[in-house]
Amino acid sequence: MSENPKTAVIEMSGAEVCSMRETSLAMIEDVNWTVAAGEFWVVAGQQQSGKSDLMMMTAGLMPPAKGSCKIFGIETQSFSESELADRLRVGFVFENGQLFNHLTIMENVALPLQYHKDLTIGAAAEKTLALLELMELKPLADVTPANVGLSWLKRAALARALMLQPDLLLLDNPLNGLGARHVKWWLHFLDQLWRGHEWSGGKPMTIVATAEDLRPWKNDARRFALLRDKKFSLLGSWGEVASQDDTIVMELMEASLDTTTYRKE
Amino acid sequence: MRQGLAKTLEFADAQLLRRAPLPRSYSDFLGRKLFLFLLTVQGLGAFSLITSGVILRKFRVARNVMRPLIRHEIARAGFGLLPMFMFVAVALGFLVIGETVSTLARFGAINYIGTVMVVVVVRELGPLLAAFLVLARVGTANVIELGTARATGEVEALETLGIDPVHYLIVPRVIGMAAGVFSLTVYLIIGALVSGYLCAFLQDVPITPGDYFKQLVESLGWLDFALLALKTIAFGFFIAIVTCYHGLAQPLRLSDVSRVAVRAVTQGIVVCVVIDALFIFLYLVA
Repeated sequence: MSENPKTAVIEMSGAEVCSMRETSLAMIEDVNWTVAAGEFWVVAGQQQSGKSDLMMMTAGLMPPAKGSCKIFGIETQSFSESELADRLRVGFVFENGQLFNHLTIMENVALPLQYHKDLTIGAAAEKTLALLELMELKPLADVTPANVGLSWLKRAALARALMLQPDLLLLDNPLNGLGARHVKWWLHFLDQLWRGHEWSGGKPMTIVATAEDLRPWKNDARRFALLRDKKFSLLGSWGEVASQDDTIVMELMEASLDTTTYRKE
Repeated sequence: MRQGLAKTLEFADAQLLRRAPLPRSYSDFLGRKLFLFLLTVQGLGAFSLITSGVILRKFRVARNVMRPLIRHEIARAGFGLLPMFMFVAVALGFLVIGETVSTLARFGAINYIGTVMVVVVVRELGPLLAAFLVLARVGTANVIELGTARATGEVEALETLGIDPVHYLIVPRVIGMAAGVFSLTVYLIIGALVSGYLCAFLQDVPITPGDYFKQLVESLGWLDFALLALKTIAFGFFIAIVTCYHGLAQPLRLSDVSRVAVRAVTQGIVVCVVIDALFIFLYLVA
């Protein structure tokens, strides 16, 4: 299962990304992008730029309208029952968690393990509680999602995505709406996962996250891309991002918001 | 998984037809309605085939997860409705006997009470009433639950976890409703037959419990039992299919859920009546 560091985990060529809600609406055109195993990518873009749609297409929730999108060398269009093992190598964290409201936090986190290993909740409890402990979610184990704040919902969603120890983790705007303490925790934890966390057996994880604000993601080891005007542009490392004179990039990495001027799009 | 489902259930045409401006002529109106009807029939047919396929193919998949879900749905569509069904059963028995006894007595045909009960309650009113009540109580809840799950992205979340939404969300509901309608119909019929005799007894109809029971047994054939089981299971299966189809098979916004629930209940009633008509035909042929 372990990837050669040079192996492409995600490969897109000429891919056109449609809106998940309105499939006739093209959100991003002509995406040419390769993510190698062990890389940490941050895809930045403003609201409605198609970040979520790009993530969902990458996860195989919808096919590209044009071009091709491959994960672990398999076209996502042909992701079927026979490729289930490869599909389970992808973990996905939605922007709002998207937990199942009729299940408790513990049941939500345990569900993928229970379903794919055919276990009762009792049999899955040990591993689930260990993961909840890691996420500081143990006190909320028996609470339903409706009674949990967004910051903790997102952590529960991350726990659910990590339950089957994926090789690739896709995160849709994970830091959006989080307080400073939670942002710090997320960045630290994602960094650990990327380097090889004991939860994933010390194996480095490939991570792709989207963001509306680039500032928290400042790190020379990460690679950046930008979505604007239906275009996907590779920006490179943080140093290359910082040297850009693109107005949107500058806006996404402004250290402080200047409220005295307003730039009309 | 989802791509396969989406390809089979291509609703873009139906959505376009529904959003199209008002038709200019009566024939346009009829044509649009006909196309919508055919698209719905196609969608329901495809959805029921997909669901049946998943039931058969994944019978042994994740049994530790599916069993509690199926038990929950059986309790919800069966046991949970028992008090209401007992009330309806008593009311139905009193209604049928109360209305027919005086008529039968007028023609000196009091010995046909049992036959009337079998024809009216066992073959027709019992199963149909049970189906309508389950549709109203559980079917609407199905559409709202699934529609909300679809609108809030829970279905996509299942797909990212490699869990087939049809298996996890639909199969327990289909099995639960089929079992629920079948068993509730049996209880409804027993309750109506007993309360029917009580009504006759209160109206001083000269018939002993033994005679009444004998009339019932003589009027019932093996075909009644077989077709009753088939019919009620078909009612439960198709009510679940119609309500789940509307709740799950098309992209929804939260604001669409109430509208879709109304459409699902209407179509559920139509489907039940069509199935009932088919079974009347079967009774006549057999």
